[in-house]
Amino acid sequence: MTPTRSFRIVRAVLMVAFAAYFFVPLLAMFDFSTQNRGSAEGRTWDNWAFMVTDEDLRASIIASLLLSLFTVVLMVVLLVPTMVWVRLRVPGMRRIIEFLCLLPLTIPALVIVVGISNVYSWVTYLLGDSPLVLTFAYVVLVLPYSYRAIDSALSAIDVATLSEAARSLGAGWFTVIVRIVLPNVTGGVLGAAFIAVALVMGEYVFASLLHFDTLPVAMAALYKSNGAAAMAAALASMLFVVLLLMGLTLLSRDRHKQGASS
Amino acid sequence: MGCPARGRRHAGDPDGRADHEGRRVPRDQLVEGHPLSTTAPSAGTGRRFSVGPFLALIPFLAFVLVFLLVPTLTVVVGAFQDGDGRPTLGNLDALTSEAAISALKGSLILSGSTAVIGAALGALLAYLVVSMKPTSLLRRTTLAVSGVLAQFGGVTLAFAWIATIGPVGVVTKAVMDLTGADLYGSGWLFGLPGLVVVYCYFQIPLMVIVFAPAFEGLRPQWREAAVNLGASTWDYWRHVALPLLTPAFLGAMLLLFANAFAAYATAAFLVSQGQPIVPLLIRQAITSEVLLGQANVGYALALEMIVVVTVVMIAYNLLLKRTSRWMR
Repeated sequence: MTPTRSFRIVRAVLMVAFAAYFFVPLLAMFDFSTQNRGSAEGRTWDNWAFMVTDEDLRASIIASLLLSLFTVVLMVVLLVPTMVWVRLRVPGMRRIIEFLCLLPLTIPALVIVVGISNVYSWVTYLLGDSPLVLTFAYVVLVLPYSYRAIDSALSAIDVATLSEAARSLGAGWFTVIVRIVLPNVTGGVLGAAFIAVALVMGEYVFASLLHFDTLPVAMAALYKSNGAAAMAAALASMLFVVLLLMGLTLLSRDRHKQGASS
Repeated sequence: MGCPARGRRHAGDPDGRADHEGRRVPRDQLVEGHPLSTTAPSAGTGRRFSVGPFLALIPFLAFVLVFLLVPTLTVVVGAFQDGDGRPTLGNLDALTSEAAISALKGSLILSGSTAVIGAALGALLAYLVVSMKPTSLLRRTTLAVSGVLAQFGGVTLAFAWIATIGPVGVVTKAVMDLTGADLYGSGWLFGLPGLVVVYCYFQIPLMVIVFAPAFEGLRPQWREAAVNLGASTWDYWRHVALPLLTPAFLGAMLLLFANAFAAYATAAFLVSQGQPIVPLLIRQAITSEVLLGQANVGYALALEMIVVVTVVMIAYNLLLKRTSRWMR
């Protein structure tokens, strides 16, 4: 297909229109967050500094970051051994596990929140009232994305042969999973982890309805008193997520190259 | 949320369960073909089947049971119970109340319109992107940015649009200075029309990442074959490309519909007056401290959401299967 000249002009015009729709709101957010209060001219970074100076906001940022970390750890611990085990020993369960992992796509997060309050009264009773208990709900939320990322990584290697070789050399199942399979699916696990962090950093449904102060909840509250500072925090969290996801695309391209050359 | 590869994955599945003609492989052959199942289980007790391997799945299954299945069942069962736990159909009556009907209508309008707009514009953008050279930097960047923006939502997205076309938004002020017109008007951004504009922001990129593979799946050979048989460009699109793309397009549109129907966070922040869509009515039902016994109405509304999204996702999967016959 060699595009004609007129098609290329039309394409350029449309691409600019799309770019305007997608980037103007982001630039507007930046503009808003660096404006001086009142009618004063010029720019200020005070609203961005607010993230460090304001204690509530800082605490919520730390809570969200810790939540991301815990979610990733619990997701990996729960999902990777299960998926490897299913492939090796109980392949008949694979459909069921896949179904369970993809189920959160069909059940809206809001519905899970509505039903989870009883479960959470037990969780907070047992573990205390820290925002970090949200980890459990968030692992459910990221299950479909994590499952797909790890599943495609596992499909790319020959788990059966690798583990059989390790087993015949005397390795136990723990060694097989942690030291043989895991290093071979690092790319997929990292991808799953990045997406999980991206989702957790922006998650608002669970946190707001279960009354925990994570970053999005704190931003929504802050907006009422200091809109510009809230915008700065929102933009910063978004840039953080963009960097993560851009890193992910780089990673997946590298993996793609490896696959193509081998 | 997008999953263009789901239908295709089975084709390359290394231990796929079906042979080339789609027949099921007999169970005995399958077991022998599997490198481990001949050695590992028989090494122990010599039984063909043992419970042991299933035990390792207990942590995962228990977790999913407690944090996914129990909540869902709570909603389903709670929808048919009154405040004291007695079975009733009264909550379902609440679904026919004026507020519930208008919220459902609002949700259907919002999800439907953003699915149609998102699918049309997303397909257009996907086509523009795919028509570039595969090595083109702009093509790769657009696809990567789409992947990011499709996940973009919640409070941050609401902020972005308030900063753009809110009461003192950048575009509002620019339009005011240039033409004198008040773009913000009477606050349409904080109602249903505003949600349509804002939701399209993640619907269009989602369409791009779901639908671009369908364009890429159109093989140049098909076009060459059509041209060899004397087809014009129009004939090719009318009789070959569009019929092939239609199931994928409809499927992607259903996915967009489900995506918008389930979305909550952006609307929750943006809309403070009234309950124009189902998720916001649920919020009112479960956070209401004025009216007791509303929790079960919330369950009924949540059940309504499950039903709608499930029907849409089943239709999506059927279309996906149809698509995967050609697009591999």
